[in-house]
Amino acid sequence: MKIHEYQAKELFRKYSVPVPEGRVCETTGEVVQLAGEMGFPVAVKAQIHAGGRGKGGGVKVAKSAAEAEAAAGAILGMQLVTKQTGPEGRLVRKVLVEKGVRIKKELYLSIIPDRETATITIIASQDGGMDIEEVAEKTPERIIKVPVNPLIGIQGFHLRNVCFGLELEPALMKTASAVLKSLYRLFVDYDCSLVEINPLIITEDNTILALDAKIDIDSNALFRHPDVVAMHDPFEDDPAEAEAAKFNLNYIKLDGNVGNMVNGAGLAMATMDIIKQAGASPANFLDVGGGANAEMVENGFRIILSDPNVKGILINIFGGILRCDVLAKGVVQAAQQVNLTVPVVVRMEGTNVEEGRRILAESGLTLINAKDLADAARKVAEIVA
Amino acid sequence: MSIFVNSQTRVLVQGITGKEGQFHARQCIEYGTKVVAGVTPGKGGQLMDEVPVFDTVRAARRETGANASMILVPPSFAADAILEAVDAGIELIVCITEGIPVMDMLRVKNHLGQTASRLIGPNCPGIITPGECKIGIMPGAIHKPGGPVGVVSRSGTLTYEVVHQLTQVGLGQTTCIGIGGDPVNGTGFLDCLEHFNADPATEAVVMVGEIGGNAEEKAAAWIKQNMKKPVVGFIAGLTAPPGRRMGHAGAIVSGGQGTAAAKIRAMEDSGIYVCKDLGTLGRLCKEAFS
Repeated sequence: MKIHEYQAKELFRKYSVPVPEGRVCETTGEVVQLAGEMGFPVAVKAQIHAGGRGKGGGVKVAKSAAEAEAAAGAILGMQLVTKQTGPEGRLVRKVLVEKGVRIKKELYLSIIPDRETATITIIASQDGGMDIEEVAEKTPERIIKVPVNPLIGIQGFHLRNVCFGLELEPALMKTASAVLKSLYRLFVDYDCSLVEINPLIITEDNTILALDAKIDIDSNALFRHPDVVAMHDPFEDDPAEAEAAKFNLNYIKLDGNVGNMVNGAGLAMATMDIIKQAGASPANFLDVGGGANAEMVENGFRIILSDPNVKGILINIFGGILRCDVLAKGVVQAAQQVNLTVPVVVRMEGTNVEEGRRILAESGLTLINAKDLADAARKVAEIVA
Repeated sequence: MSIFVNSQTRVLVQGITGKEGQFHARQCIEYGTKVVAGVTPGKGGQLMDEVPVFDTVRAARRETGANASMILVPPSFAADAILEAVDAGIELIVCITEGIPVMDMLRVKNHLGQTASRLIGPNCPGIITPGECKIGIMPGAIHKPGGPVGVVSRSGTLTYEVVHQLTQVGLGQTTCIGIGGDPVNGTGFLDCLEHFNADPATEAVVMVGEIGGNAEEKAAAWIKQNMKKPVVGFIAGLTAPPGRRMGHAGAIVSGGQGTAAAKIRAMEDSGIYVCKDLGTLGRLCKEAFS
């Protein structure tokens, strides 16, 4: 789960990680008033769940009340387009207004769980403020990686490896170590899947400050973090994806026109790939779970059909313990409940498949039976062509 | 022959009195698996059908000699259940549960490294040696006993699809293992491949991967150096958009890493027969393994 920068900074404050003075605002009036109270210059930063806000015009510095008003007016309500939002962009409803700081040096710092080594890995670089993936690619020697065994936790030598690696002045080592230790604690306490500060700055008066803040939290761990659940911003959700989540369906909207519904994530990905190979393009990823039932299929139909681009639907179900005949009844029942406006190709395989196919054929519905995967993809591709 | 489980494996089920635990324990018993015990704290002394239920894994192991465990408990209790099985000295732990926090698995994984226990999963369909022992939620009937193919996969229903196709073309299986769709799991591709390589009954291997991480690339490099048997590979997720988690917690392309294209390239470079069209996998195996 993603949270906003201002929320991440609230967590930073809770863990004594220094951040600039500031507050989140929802109106231009609030922005101007707060800026006046804090003194100029101020930074006005759009709060959306996507990176690259600066380049998209979502971050502005204001040196006067008039500039603050102009910045807030431009950003609040804008449809902010960044490399992560897609061409439609994201509506900005809130801005974070922060007191300007004098920057001496920009650093990069992040903590991630590393799946390969099963460690909590600290990544740091002296090249802050830049796209870190680019730094990693072009100058890998400028990246420091320090893995921490979660059973041991963060030790002095981890901190030294980061601090010396960043070539910090001796006077800053103590503060930097304390910041890093706090961030590690925050990462573990909150089941984070990412804590990233880019840039972490050294100010002209030699203090350390998290100028930016990004925190992602493991959705599977939300049961033990009610305070994080309360931070959820429904405006950042895709409406269809949020609707699917209510029914425990895993739906991701894509830009093609072949809707598809599959049981199991791996098979669902493979089905999308097959649609592409047949010359069409998937409109979504939809996993109805290893054991799909009539209700799930029905909800799946509704969610797929909410996408106006969908011209045909492919259902690909492997019946295992949940047999094909039961699944077929589910599909028929769901199809009767939903007003199907596009053709549906059904490919079914597994236990009791003959019985399942018979039920589909005799349903009186215009479901198109496919004999195998390739046949299914070909048929649905022909429909949408 | 087979790897990890056979007709002698004695299985206990953690969470046997829950809805899922009960259903799948019965399915395993029906398949012929020796399910010797169940564990549900507070329900010790009861019976699930004819299976004795214990309060702790230690007690279950002591009384029944169980050497493998199938875990079907909710995600918030799963790490505790795995660690309890490790503590009781269970040799093979199969965790079916989906949705365990990554932080929990990081701790479990690091602890496991210091013990003799093997973990399969979590978020997996389990392991089956057809005709002998099924520890998991896969449909037993689609499998064909007697080998000669070993199957290892990160997926559930996609594995069933693959196994079904193998069976239809007349290729039986020695052992099929679902290693799970989570980013941090127990037994990996490499481990399974090493064991298949050493198992005399396994003559060929099918390896099913998906986007995310670099386990497939590492396995491919190992295969190039060490594998004596032909391998057919399949990777799901060529059309998956970057930065999105495709159902499985571990199935995500991030920062350009973990793409299907890179995995397919690594597999082809290692002499693996890569199946590009899932519908033809069975036939491809028939050709590649003949």
